[in-house]
Amino acid sequence: MTSAPSMFSSSPVLESGPDNDQLLRVSLGPQHPSTHGVFRMNVVLDGETVVSLKPVFGYLHRNHEKIAENVTYLSSMPYTDRLDYICPLSNNWAYAHAVEKLAGIEVPERAQYMRVILAELTRLINHTAFAGFILGDMGAWGSALMYAFREREKILDLFEDLTGARMMANFMRFGGCRNDLPAGWAARVGVLVEQYGPFLDEMEKFLVGNEILLSRTQDVGALPKDALINGGITGPMLRAAGVNYDIRKVEPYGIYDRFEFRIPLGEHGDCYDRIMIRFLEMRESLQILRQALAQLPDGPFIHPKAKIRNFKPPVGEAYGRIEGPKGELGFHLISDGSTNPYRYRVRPPSFINLTLIEDMCLGLDLADVVVILGSVDIVLGEVDR
Amino acid sequence: MSSQPINRLPSPAKWTLPGWGLLQGMVVTAQNMVQSYYRKDRMTTVQYPEQRAPISPNFRNFPFLCYDGSDPVAGLRCTACSICEKECPPQCIYIVLDRDEAGKSLKRPKVFDIDLTVCMNCGICAEVCPFDSIYMDGQYELSTDDRFGGLLFGLDRLSQSADYHMQLRPEEATEVATRRKAEEDKKLAAQAAKAAKTKAEQEPKAKEAAESQPQGESA
Repeated sequence: MTSAPSMFSSSPVLESGPDNDQLLRVSLGPQHPSTHGVFRMNVVLDGETVVSLKPVFGYLHRNHEKIAENVTYLSSMPYTDRLDYICPLSNNWAYAHAVEKLAGIEVPERAQYMRVILAELTRLINHTAFAGFILGDMGAWGSALMYAFREREKILDLFEDLTGARMMANFMRFGGCRNDLPAGWAARVGVLVEQYGPFLDEMEKFLVGNEILLSRTQDVGALPKDALINGGITGPMLRAAGVNYDIRKVEPYGIYDRFEFRIPLGEHGDCYDRIMIRFLEMRESLQILRQALAQLPDGPFIHPKAKIRNFKPPVGEAYGRIEGPKGELGFHLISDGSTNPYRYRVRPPSFINLTLIEDMCLGLDLADVVVILGSVDIVLGEVDR
Repeated sequence: MSSQPINRLPSPAKWTLPGWGLLQGMVVTAQNMVQSYYRKDRMTTVQYPEQRAPISPNFRNFPFLCYDGSDPVAGLRCTACSICEKECPPQCIYIVLDRDEAGKSLKRPKVFDIDLTVCMNCGICAEVCPFDSIYMDGQYELSTDDRFGGLLFGLDRLSQSADYHMQLRPEEATEVATRRKAEEDKKLAAQAAKAAKTKAEQEPKAKEAAESQPQGESA
């Protein structure tokens, strides 16, 4: 116990666990197709049943927060793309929101609408990809993921035409967005929004009645509401358990108070509800997109006095949070009045949603662990930062 | 209120006929498979080396340096101010200012290196450049067997003419060109006006030494 931890101390063979010869210690990951990246779970099994599960992460750690303290405020923006690389534009918005709060910058109307449109498109991407991934986790390799990625690709094409990059958008600026919408872009989003409903119908027909999916996900990985709230779980995972908590409603940021949309809530909080809640959220996102596209005003896309070079916010601190597709995404910034943040902290939803993974998995089979991990919807870029 | 919870998920366990849901899913798969043979919007594959998908005018890849005219050295817009070097998030730009023997700045880079292996294509260098010098390229066929020198771009490989920029991003380049033209004209006009003013001032200078105040301002 007193010896220094060696690099092998977390190996499943040498790790001290329940003292029972019958137990099997399995290291799931870090290179495992079901772990959504370089994530590892040291699982102790009694037959097929999970007795203990220890998550090991940090394989993708790249010092995001410390790097951000050593570069200017603007230079951190492209790094936030790489946090949750499935939905870079939400990350951009969260960071821009925090800095705008810190420096008290106003955002023009048009930029607000652009941000809402981009954030909701990002939510569509995330939840669509999620539906594909979780079916992959349940063994439906191929078609489900391909259908999801086919639709995702259409949105990524829109992003490329607008921001210049499919995923690493680096689009939001303090006080607006980097460039204006290209001609005809909003009309193309309108077409996409109208096509998305039929795709969701198709996907639901494909999945929802499927008996294998029902038996694999219903009553799997449910936790009581209290445990979820105490664990700091946010996003679709919390709402699947029936807790009405969405930052777009609780603490409206941007212009979300202008839109008419509902917050879907689940009842059981099991993996099935977590899947379904995301489908319902996508339909609400389409509603928001329709309203935002109809109301999109003309005007500047960035505040005319927004500074690009030599940006120095006043001394102080700010915490800006948004409802990312995976949950509450927050940035805590402390400024000492220089060009670099004194402290930069990310509150990543994937990481905090992952903390209850052992509680959800205990007593279930090893095959359920994979489904539960899939239903948490993690991206390792954000977990490890 | 609008935040009314939906609270009703599609009813899960309707075990009508065992396997009915599975069959429905297979119908979807079959439809998709058949459609992929005849629907134009499903046939999206581009046979890459022979065909190329058009790239968007906003597409950005790696930076290049812009020069006016035909001489990549004399026409280079870059003044080696090092703003991009400072703002670059992964710090992949390396600039050395060119100086003459007396140590006076020549306002042009002696060395301007961009390490493409480090560059993360964010486009911040192009955004912060106050001299319209650095822009993002759309060139994506850069594979090389030399992982060090082959991807360390110096001035010779970074310099591209303003015509290239015009071809790549007509909208942006036209805007920049008209702005630069206007600035140039303004500068020329200011120079001409200044010359005329000094000339006009020099003539009556002998008579009215007290009115040389504006000359002192302009100096």
